[in-house]
Amino acid sequence: MEQLSGGDMLLRALADEGVECIFGYPGGAALHIYDAIFRQDRVHHVLVRHEQAATHAADAYSRSTGRTGTCLVTSGPGATNAITGIATAYLDSIPMVVISGQVVSDRIGEDAFQETDMVGISRPIVKHSYLVKDPAQIPAIIKKAYYLAASGRPGPVVVDIPKDMTAPDVLFDYHYPETVRLRSYNPAIRGHAGQIKKAMQLMLAAKRPIIYAGGGVIQGNASAPLTALAKKLNVPVTNTLMGLGAYPGDDKQFLGMLGMHGMVEANFAMHNADVIFAIGARFDDRVTNATDKFCPDAKIVHVDIDPASISKTVRADVPIVGPVDSVLNDMLQIFDELKQTMDTEALSQWWAQINEWRAKHGILVKPRYETTSEALKPQEVISTLYEVTKGEAYITSDVGQHQMFAAQYYPFKYPRRWINSGGLGTMGFGLPAAMGVQYAHRDAVVACVTGEGSIQMCIQELSTCTQYHLPVKIICLNNQALGMVKQWQDMNYGGRHSESLYEESLPDFIKLAESYGHVGVRISKREELKEKLTEVFAMKDRVVFVDIQVDPQEHVYPMLIPPNDPSGANGSMRDMFLSKTERT
Amino acid sequence: MKHIISVLVENEPGALSRVVGLFSQRGYNIETLTVAPTEDATLSRLTITTAGSDHVIEQITKHLNKIVDVVKLVDLTEGAHIERELMLIKVRATGSQRAEVKRCVDIFRGQIVDVTASVYTIQLVGHSDKLDAFFQAVGEASILEVVRSGVTGIARGEKVLSL
Repeated sequence: MEQLSGGDMLLRALADEGVECIFGYPGGAALHIYDAIFRQDRVHHVLVRHEQAATHAADAYSRSTGRTGTCLVTSGPGATNAITGIATAYLDSIPMVVISGQVVSDRIGEDAFQETDMVGISRPIVKHSYLVKDPAQIPAIIKKAYYLAASGRPGPVVVDIPKDMTAPDVLFDYHYPETVRLRSYNPAIRGHAGQIKKAMQLMLAAKRPIIYAGGGVIQGNASAPLTALAKKLNVPVTNTLMGLGAYPGDDKQFLGMLGMHGMVEANFAMHNADVIFAIGARFDDRVTNATDKFCPDAKIVHVDIDPASISKTVRADVPIVGPVDSVLNDMLQIFDELKQTMDTEALSQWWAQINEWRAKHGILVKPRYETTSEALKPQEVISTLYEVTKGEAYITSDVGQHQMFAAQYYPFKYPRRWINSGGLGTMGFGLPAAMGVQYAHRDAVVACVTGEGSIQMCIQELSTCTQYHLPVKIICLNNQALGMVKQWQDMNYGGRHSESLYEESLPDFIKLAESYGHVGVRISKREELKEKLTEVFAMKDRVVFVDIQVDPQEHVYPMLIPPNDPSGANGSMRDMFLSKTERT
Repeated sequence: MKHIISVLVENEPGALSRVVGLFSQRGYNIETLTVAPTEDATLSRLTITTAGSDHVIEQITKHLNKIVDVVKLVDLTEGAHIERELMLIKVRATGSQRAEVKRCVDIFRGQIVDVTASVYTIQLVGHSDKLDAFFQAVGEASILEVVRSGVTGIARGEKVLSL
């Protein structure tokens, strides 16, 4: 059997696991590992400029490919810098393995230089974590880490490795385990047949059904059976922010995103539904509004791989624990066996109602924002982006108004194309995420929709893009303010813009991009928007920073009216602001 | 309502902190907690008493089950069970009080496990309510120090919590 050091075993194990790339940043406690990276060529390494970016890049690599992302950081500040990215992946259930260096075993607990209790500090935001105590265990721990990260409800796994575990002068027999079994961890592999049948019967008897599908459908690679089921039943579909692309965004059965900034027709359909088929979604507070007013007439089927997600905030009438793809395939099979059809008359009335809502309120039917002013609207920028990229781009986003505009105005046709921090809402996610996506899809068009606020949280990564030739396009909706904060201050704080304005302090993004060797393009007029964007995307091998001056007064609508709003009827999914002056 | 949840966890470093962390992280209460290795050296058994609505208890057991180190668990309060708590209590006992305290200990079927000229150290085992009742009986004024183990429990009859 081959004899390897701990550091070499780690790299060999990663390669044997199929890891193609690590996003990382070296430092003292990780140096043996970095030396082992130097000695091999199966696993590539991308040197980021901040550990937070390493986690986001690995996370987005995973979101866009379905393969577990990997990052490597050193102890202490390296580890703590990774925390935001780990929490981001945790909240969105993204498979990721984070390897952190740790001070030598003998020093642990002595407040050594660059020591922090990584296992402790990350505990609430990981699926599981390991502290390596015996180098011989490294291959087995790596095997378990990747298995845990990707199976069941996916999530980040931390492997903390004290420096002495990777020392080059101590050798061990290397063997990479082929299989892994954990007696305490047995994720569901099939949904309960009886429950699935019950769910199908409930759907067949429904008069006003809707499918509410979330990020779990994307993580569970179940877009195809979801689409097949929706088509067979002719049922309307809505996606959560995390689920966009799970169902083709350009299909007529698609009602758009639901929830806080969801489409009126989607939220109305939810509120009026008699059966809600929820799959891979978790009834997040940004979806449900007040849970006591949530969809009063609906029977709820809830399919999720994680039993703890079911009946957490909204009680399910038919809970089904299982992988979304197998449950959907079982549903399709039962549908064929039952040979029953939907109540077509009720369904056509339901569709008539939905189409009426869509015609009256749909934001993609016609612009619901004001287009007479000279100022460029963020919405039209996203619509033009969709047009120029033919809806085929990978879009990453940061967090704020631009994120909601992108979700609303870029109908994603495929899964894994919309990469955003939906759960944690991490500003700074967009650019490193775009790098991770571009690294995984070298020839694809990757655009990061961001704002002048978010982009500055990880802007140093422009340098990483240079080093690794990652030609991402940065679409910066520059409204010279923290737009979403400002919107809430306008709506709820009497227009007092406390610390949300930049007051002429923004950098010249064009020069900034140029200083990194990239191209900078400024757009401020409606007439030049399409032409310039087309030029931008024609520069296939360049990073382009597009600084677009948009109307600073614009708010994101529609918007659910929160339960405590003084204006009267509120708190349910049919209560929405449609503009600054109109409401449902 | 009070629930007693017995949990078998892998006897791994950090397993306890994952369980305890879950409760603080999600805002659940721990009233008592006991932990010790089992006859199988790879497993530890925790007994947690907690209170909450059915919805909260359901979430607690689901989230506990999600912890990778948790092998198996049971809510003992769902069935017939035996619960016990051990208490050591130091009581001032001088003059006529000595006989009075001794009688009280006998009534509660406790034992005096250490004696000085002025202090009895008493061991009492039983249902938590019985331990509370002993406080009342002996009179709080004479109590010098109390230590309770927290609740531990086991299901009645054939039902066992094992692998």
